[in-house]
Amino acid sequence: MSMEEKQNSQTSLDFNQNIFKPTSREEIVEIVKTCYRKNIPLEINGLKSKNKIGRNFQSEKTLDLSDYKGIIDYKPEELYIKVKAGTPLKEIIGELDKNNQQLAFEPNDFGYLFSGQSNSGSIGGVVSCNFAGSRRFKVGSVRDHILGFQGINGKGETIKSGGTVVKNVTGYDLSKLVSGSFGTLTILTELSIKVLPKPETSKTLIIKNPHLKKALDFLGKALSSSTDPSGGVFYPDYFGKDFVLNDLTHDGGLTAIRIEGPTNSVHQRANRLSKELGLLDQELSILDSEQSNIFWSRTKNLEVFKSLKSNLLRIVLPMSETLQVIQKLKNFEIKYFIDWGGGLIWASFDQLNTKILSEIKDTVKKHQGYITLIKVEEDLKASADIFTIDPIKYKISEKIKRSFDPKRIFNPGKMYTGI
Amino acid sequence: MSSLQMPKVDNAIMSKKDKIASDLRGIINSKNVLSNPDELRPFETDGLTAYRQMPLLVVMPETVEEVSQILKYCNENKVKVVPRGAGTGLSGGSMPLEDCVLMAMGKFNKIIEIDYENRCVVTQPCVTNLAITHAVQDKGFYYAPDPSSQIACSIGGNVAENSGGVHSLKYGATTNNLLGIQVVLMDGTVTKFGGKAMDAEGYDFLGLMTGSEGLLGVITEVTVKILKSPEVVKAALVGFPSIEDAGNCVAEIIAEGCIPAGMEIMDKALTKATNDYSKAGYPTDAEAMMIVEFDGTEHEVEAYIQKTKEIAEKNNSSSLKISKTNEERLKFWAGRKAAFPACGVLAPDYMCMDGSIPRGKLAEVLNEISRLSKKYNLPVANAFHAGDGNLHPLIMFDANDKESLRKCEEFGADILKYCVKVGGALTGEHGVGIEKRELMCEAFNDKDIQQQLTIKVALDPNSLLNPGKVYPILRKCAEEGRVHVHGGKTKFPDIPRF
Repeated sequence: MSMEEKQNSQTSLDFNQNIFKPTSREEIVEIVKTCYRKNIPLEINGLKSKNKIGRNFQSEKTLDLSDYKGIIDYKPEELYIKVKAGTPLKEIIGELDKNNQQLAFEPNDFGYLFSGQSNSGSIGGVVSCNFAGSRRFKVGSVRDHILGFQGINGKGETIKSGGTVVKNVTGYDLSKLVSGSFGTLTILTELSIKVLPKPETSKTLIIKNPHLKKALDFLGKALSSSTDPSGGVFYPDYFGKDFVLNDLTHDGGLTAIRIEGPTNSVHQRANRLSKELGLLDQELSILDSEQSNIFWSRTKNLEVFKSLKSNLLRIVLPMSETLQVIQKLKNFEIKYFIDWGGGLIWASFDQLNTKILSEIKDTVKKHQGYITLIKVEEDLKASADIFTIDPIKYKISEKIKRSFDPKRIFNPGKMYTGI
Repeated sequence: MSSLQMPKVDNAIMSKKDKIASDLRGIINSKNVLSNPDELRPFETDGLTAYRQMPLLVVMPETVEEVSQILKYCNENKVKVVPRGAGTGLSGGSMPLEDCVLMAMGKFNKIIEIDYENRCVVTQPCVTNLAITHAVQDKGFYYAPDPSSQIACSIGGNVAENSGGVHSLKYGATTNNLLGIQVVLMDGTVTKFGGKAMDAEGYDFLGLMTGSEGLLGVITEVTVKILKSPEVVKAALVGFPSIEDAGNCVAEIIAEGCIPAGMEIMDKALTKATNDYSKAGYPTDAEAMMIVEFDGTEHEVEAYIQKTKEIAEKNNSSSLKISKTNEERLKFWAGRKAAFPACGVLAPDYMCMDGSIPRGKLAEVLNEISRLSKKYNLPVANAFHAGDGNLHPLIMFDANDKESLRKCEEFGADILKYCVKVGGALTGEHGVGIEKRELMCEAFNDKDIQQQLTIKVALDPNSLLNPGKVYPILRKCAEEGRVHVHGGKTKFPDIPRF
């Protein structure tokens, strides 16, 4: 028996309870080892802000990581923070704020969508879902900011990959693989995350414009210019009134482009961009720092879909395909907005059933994109695929799942049947 | 070389060489299967020239279908396969095995599509890194990761090694600039991970494959992001009276919230050597020299340069020069890019290490390197991607003197172990390959390595694809880990290394 095993066997675990709330890694190891031995499936939760995303699955026990929290090490000058996986995102952001730093990937806050109020969840959940906000096209996704992690695999073994330095090519980059794996590969225990200085200021050009085609044209030009924007969205007419801001008089459809950086540079770039796009004064509003931040925060929080009763789909596709896809999806009474400068559609459908869903999926697939069902009515949830995958990748995923979690005890079936 | 242990040679395969060659000639154009020792010779090593091994055969497929059929054949017949791009890697990742089929991807050398609307390039894997930028620069775009060997290294090799470069400080390494790949697995399965969209469905296999050093699949197509070239690029050349001052300056620039496009440091020995070699106009009296480059709009670059100036002065800078023209900026870099060949002038042989450390530990690690240099009585010159803590100490020795070689090996291993000890990594950008394989246990424990090996086995159950690389073969941590250069002669002396 190794030292670690000896220590583990000393922790007393009451296995009769259905919800485990560990506070130490040793406890998590013991829980997993027991589940592994007894073939007991575990549902893994953080702060449950996103636990409605994914397929329904049966689990006997729940592992609640909300008490496994805390900042382990924060080195502003080294641009990283190391935290326990259950740490609330809010706490991390609060700590970074003190040093004028941020998580540049702007993770979505799904609280507004599911419960009508902010709930940005735990960092473990953010990484497990890998949903990045509006800076995606400039700074990458959540996974691009994970320097390393420690986790527990399905046999109860503590494993790690990466570290705290940015340059590291030692062994397979498992930090990427566990990002977006929805807790099906390992239980994340510790995460080392890259942090970046907050931009000195932010300015947002709001172009009054109800037409998608024109919007995508503006966004395409902006993203291909050397003005280096860090956000690009389009809200159709019906969402315009959701943005009541001092300097925004317009309440119809709008295209918004964000420029961030040192103050001088932001002014210069914003002016140049508006010239490059050939914008006239009357079709343009400009939001400065605070208002600009509010606008993008509402976007990140999906606030136009606050307390949504129906469904929400996340559609990722090459930006060249967005126009055609939206035109085809309009047959289904869609309400949507576009993020990532054209590469992401958040869409809600009036009527959604298996048949319509499969048509939507086919359309998106034809245009080289994919769909994730973020929110669906319960009756549809049982029968629909929440995540899409092709048969070859399914086969590979199955093998990878087993290499981490041979008995399929972690969130079994949350992503795909059999995984 | 003689001390390097590789997987056991399969004598049954060796004895079937003619049959395997003939079978492969049935799969692809027979002239693309090489079996004559004279034809095999050019493939016996890569950028890590200290190690050489002739392969059993070389195949040069021309289509994805051929790659798939060859791998399927080799899988069914238990023949080892080593994939190879341009062969410029510095860690021996594409060094052949005696009983392997070396799959040279050189014929996959065309750019397939330039897509400005989605700002990406779809290319075959053996197109060089720089050729991608060349293909799009007339429209003002470029491909950001810039390994120093970019004139020769292949983009497929960049994916396999997750190559970085001077500008990865601001723009990330290959993994952050990659949208998709097409891969052939060892059983012949052809699949795509990612594409032109920013994210892909399901597990991040794109991320897993990037930097997997040819152990999980053969890359047959690559889609990379391209970026609009910045409006203005300027560099500053700063001298410091001590390495501590330079190290502190780097840490402070980063902590201040400036993220330069690149930030490099060289110590006095190397500054002098490179200046003699390239006449770059460096401050040769300074104990350490820093090149820091900013890009963006004019105002932005000016603001950052001004801030850098203030921070440098606060940290006792002894000289400071700002590039006035693009030519001058490139001249600043010319010396840095000639660092390796310049070192070849100083000693008969040198070994280049590639460790990664927290920025704040720069001065500490440099002091340790200098202590070790005295202990082993071998001179060392230091070049760093200081902005992201990636060190390239160059240990000078004489390979004809066995004792000198042994000391150099120990010295190198001690440096890498120290990098890990202070919270860094064994390799920042050169990869593990065969070079640092036995040092993996410094960074990982058995469980960590076992998890990685389980993934390998899941995708390649017979362990036929590039075996003997990355993961330890010996149970002890061998004292190996460097690029060995004799008489200034690298495998590709004309390619800059830094």
